[in-house]
Amino acid sequence: MTIKDRQQDIVEEFEIYDDWMDKYSYLIELSKDLPIINEKDRKEENLINGCQSKVWLDAKFTDGKISFSADSDAIITKGIVALLIRVLSESTPQEIIDADLHFIDKIGLKENLSPTRSNGLLSMIKQMKLYAIAFKSKE
Amino acid sequence: MDFDIKKIRSDFPILSHTVYGKPLIYFDNAATTQKPECVINIISEFYKNYNSNVHRGVHLLSAKCTEANENARKTIQKFINANSSKEIIFTHGTTDSINLIATSFGDKFINKDDEIIVSELEHHSNIVPWQLLCERKQAKIKVLPFNEKGELIVDKLKNLISKKTKLITLNQVSNSLGTINPIKKIIEIAHSNNIPVMIDGAQAIQHQKVDVKKLDCDFYVFSGHKIYAPTGTGVLYGKEKWLEQMPPYQGGGDMIDVVTFKKTTYNELPFKFEAGTPNYIGNIALGKALDYVSSIGISNIAKHEKELLEYGTQKLSEIENLIIYGNAKNKTSVISFLINGIHPYDTGMVLDKLGVAVRTGNHCTQPVMDHYKIPGTVRASFAFYNTIEEIDVLYEGLLKVVKMFN
Repeated sequence: MTIKDRQQDIVEEFEIYDDWMDKYSYLIELSKDLPIINEKDRKEENLINGCQSKVWLDAKFTDGKISFSADSDAIITKGIVALLIRVLSESTPQEIIDADLHFIDKIGLKENLSPTRSNGLLSMIKQMKLYAIAFKSKE
Repeated sequence: MDFDIKKIRSDFPILSHTVYGKPLIYFDNAATTQKPECVINIISEFYKNYNSNVHRGVHLLSAKCTEANENARKTIQKFINANSSKEIIFTHGTTDSINLIATSFGDKFINKDDEIIVSELEHHSNIVPWQLLCERKQAKIKVLPFNEKGELIVDKLKNLISKKTKLITLNQVSNSLGTINPIKKIIEIAHSNNIPVMIDGAQAIQHQKVDVKKLDCDFYVFSGHKIYAPTGTGVLYGKEKWLEQMPPYQGGGDMIDVVTFKKTTYNELPFKFEAGTPNYIGNIALGKALDYVSSIGISNIAKHEKELLEYGTQKLSEIENLIIYGNAKNKTSVISFLINGIHPYDTGMVLDKLGVAVRTGNHCTQPVMDHYKIPGTVRASFAFYNTIEEIDVLYEGLLKVVKMFN
């Protein structure tokens, strides 16, 4: 499954919800699927500090593919992080570098990525891409 | 005058708006207040009909703007009962006012090893300018702590005061907890030790009568936008005896008397501290906002807001595991809270989608959050245009939050 396919799946899953409360309830559900970062990796270097909620992110590179793990202290943020990881994890560095994350806009979560929301998600996407660039240089 | 809430709400165009298809419930008044139509109109009226730079032109428009700007200064003087309009300096807001005092008063009166007392309840804007000053001058900051209720422990002040104390600076009302501090008492203690006091009135001026003469504070600062006036306006009140001795803060036009390359002499008060073209139309609108508040009556405002605070406190306390931070005996209409186990950001995000605007986070008071060992709170702050029914919507919204996250 490509990054594009995974995004399409998510867009379809969210299409059934027209109410914000239902969307948030679904995000809360999704937050439970997040590959949680190992306790030893939950350290200052892996902390992406937003003004309001914290996100920890780690990346591992095996067999040419990157897998991410993360956590957040806020559950809605955690749900969105889970979506990002579902879309980008198990991809090659080049695929992640090239990824256009259009699903965020399509499911109505774009505002959560605005720098003014200060929830660290924008920095998280940047960090995921930086990991990809770093791992690519090691290939 | 009767307190006609319907009429009052109709004075504020934004209050009839909807967000996500739901009526807007604006409970973020401690961050900024909404503007009444008369304030919005006067801005447009002046730009359309009279706009011209103040204190410069010989022409009619300049005279008209200058007169309105100076009338606004007089309105502010009367509003806080200052001795003279010379003591009213226009600034860009509370932060700007505090930075002016920290720089100008600080340069003149603070020296190596001197001490400044701040309270633990302060907004970062009443901490950081003093830290910057202390770094420049190798002076020290001492902190007056608060108790679990969020009340300052005034008894500790006497132990903090020393011969080196040059200033005490604190807020009249805490922005994150709503505590009303006993500033009259603190000013008396300070003055009996010959120490001047600066009061940050950003969260007080819109809720209660402020009389700088009665308080006898040396400086009192506030922002226009928190009292229904435009952003980018603010006031610094200072006793003339201090302002006269203090050097200019910024250099530029309007604040000078004679400029030569050898030496420049400065304009008299209050212009000495107002370099550059002032935000005169903002200032005029600030005057209008204060007139509007006076027409409603600050005691009517305080009475209605007290009802909102009491009702809100009682209603929110019904929610299981909801903890209110800041339970001072004297409070303004601010309820800062957390629902056990639920991140304030999650609570705020859901309330937003229900049309309820609250603030979440540390409210620029990290030391207050550190005191309670929490990352932040959800803060609902009420203004006189809010209603009991709106608090009911907040309550119902919070029940939804509990259901969703537990």
